[in-house]
Amino acid sequence: MSLQDIHIKVADAHSVGNLDAILNEIATRLGDYVAGGETSLIDLKSLPFSADEYERLRAKLGRGEVTARLDSIGDSEIYETRFPGVWWVTHYNVEGDIVADLIEIASVPAIVHSQPEDVHIGLAHLRHILAHPASSDEVTK
Amino acid sequence: MKEQETLEQRLSGQGVSRRAFLKFCAAMATMMALPPSSASAIATALAKAKRPSVIWLSFQECTGCTESLTRSHSPTLESLIFDMISLDYHHTLQAASGFAAEQARDDAMKAFYGQYLLLVDGSIPLKDGGVYSTIAGRTNLDMLEEAAKGAAAIIAVGSCAAFGGLPNAQPNPTGAVPVSDIVKDKLIVNISGCPPIPAVITGVLAHYLTFGELPALDELGRPKAFYGETIHDRCYRRPFYDQGKFAKTFDDEGARNGWCLYELGCKGPTTHNACATTKWNGGAGFPIEAGHGCIGCSEPKFWDAGSFYTPLSAPAADVTTVAQAAAVIGAGAAIALSAVDRAKKRKAQQAREKLTVEDLKGS
Repeated sequence: MSLQDIHIKVADAHSVGNLDAILNEIATRLGDYVAGGETSLIDLKSLPFSADEYERLRAKLGRGEVTARLDSIGDSEIYETRFPGVWWVTHYNVEGDIVADLIEIASVPAIVHSQPEDVHIGLAHLRHILAHPASSDEVTK
Repeated sequence: MKEQETLEQRLSGQGVSRRAFLKFCAAMATMMALPPSSASAIATALAKAKRPSVIWLSFQECTGCTESLTRSHSPTLESLIFDMISLDYHHTLQAASGFAAEQARDDAMKAFYGQYLLLVDGSIPLKDGGVYSTIAGRTNLDMLEEAAKGAAAIIAVGSCAAFGGLPNAQPNPTGAVPVSDIVKDKLIVNISGCPPIPAVITGVLAHYLTFGELPALDELGRPKAFYGETIHDRCYRRPFYDQGKFAKTFDDEGARNGWCLYELGCKGPTTHNACATTKWNGGAGFPIEAGHGCIGCSEPKFWDAGSFYTPLSAPAADVTTVAQAAAVIGAGAAIALSAVDRAKKRKAQQAREKLTVEDLKGS
């Protein structure tokens, strides 16, 4: 008997049901957001999925109009799903491993907003450039 | 790195933006198994975090726990954490050997007396004066008692240190005992598992680093964030259990369809650990995903608890009734059961939202 003689069949994922549970969770939270403006986050790494279900969740949610990429201590991919207000946020480290995988219910994911601390530093930087027009700042950034 | 520099100061000194720091905190929340909404509270706490000294003692063990930690698959996050602790003694990892190595331990214990974190893997043999495991001519018992005195807290890594593990299995020829049988006057965190999940080891260290204290523990001294639920409760095959669909042998139709392994001896219903969601080998899978039942390695006496292939005699009581009913009357009851579960989880989750640093200290 060879390996090919062993018949392996992928389980019918429809019957497992983990996917429906997470979609219901998203619908409930999106409902809360519509009703009271409450934003929320779901940690996908804390939920039980078979590999197949994870891919099916991605297919079910699809992709909407907006995609953002954050380039900071590794990449982060942020996109709105085909359900407005439902965002998929995946943070990678510099080696490309996923370090956080989140569904965020919001008009814009929090990490996309400019942070006040960074804005202060940026303003000081801009003023420095205006005060020293001959500096080599444009070259460095 | 300066001793008193915080992680936030260090990152900002390197030109890392606040946004990048928030991303790091989101990853830390995932790592510590805290709600994702806690990232901003973690950021606040980390602004004050200091660098603790860590002494790691390996006793009667197979080095599997250290292998687990050093082979974990998110090196950047780990290295950030290891940059944040000062690992002053670990006889497998350190470059020094002989007297120099032992001297490093003595120095760290003196310099950080009352403040260092003591990590222990392996059990401690007591029979015949403890001669069955010695380091530099000293028994494990002697070394543990000395190191425990000045420790701020102790983390028992792996089932041997936590519960006695394999050395403690019948007939226990060396008289092996866990750390908690010897040290009675210190807080001991048990990170059980054979080996423990690497992300759980780093998650507990991250919690200590972030909040300056150890996470909330269950009645066996295990961090609730990782050991609060059973493998069975978080298993992706759980819906098959609820539907009464079981594999009866390892090569039948049920096994090929990925049905529940309960009848093949899976110890998932009585085993508390995070394997089902955290998974192993960089998130590739966990034993049940590979078609083998859980052997319960994070529970006390798992080696003496009967065959790995004998079904548990008393399944989780409240669930069985519903599951059996479901098998008889069809899917309706199973759906009702998962709805009950979901409602319970959501309630628990909602109760944990809107967190502050103070809230998180108890997590």
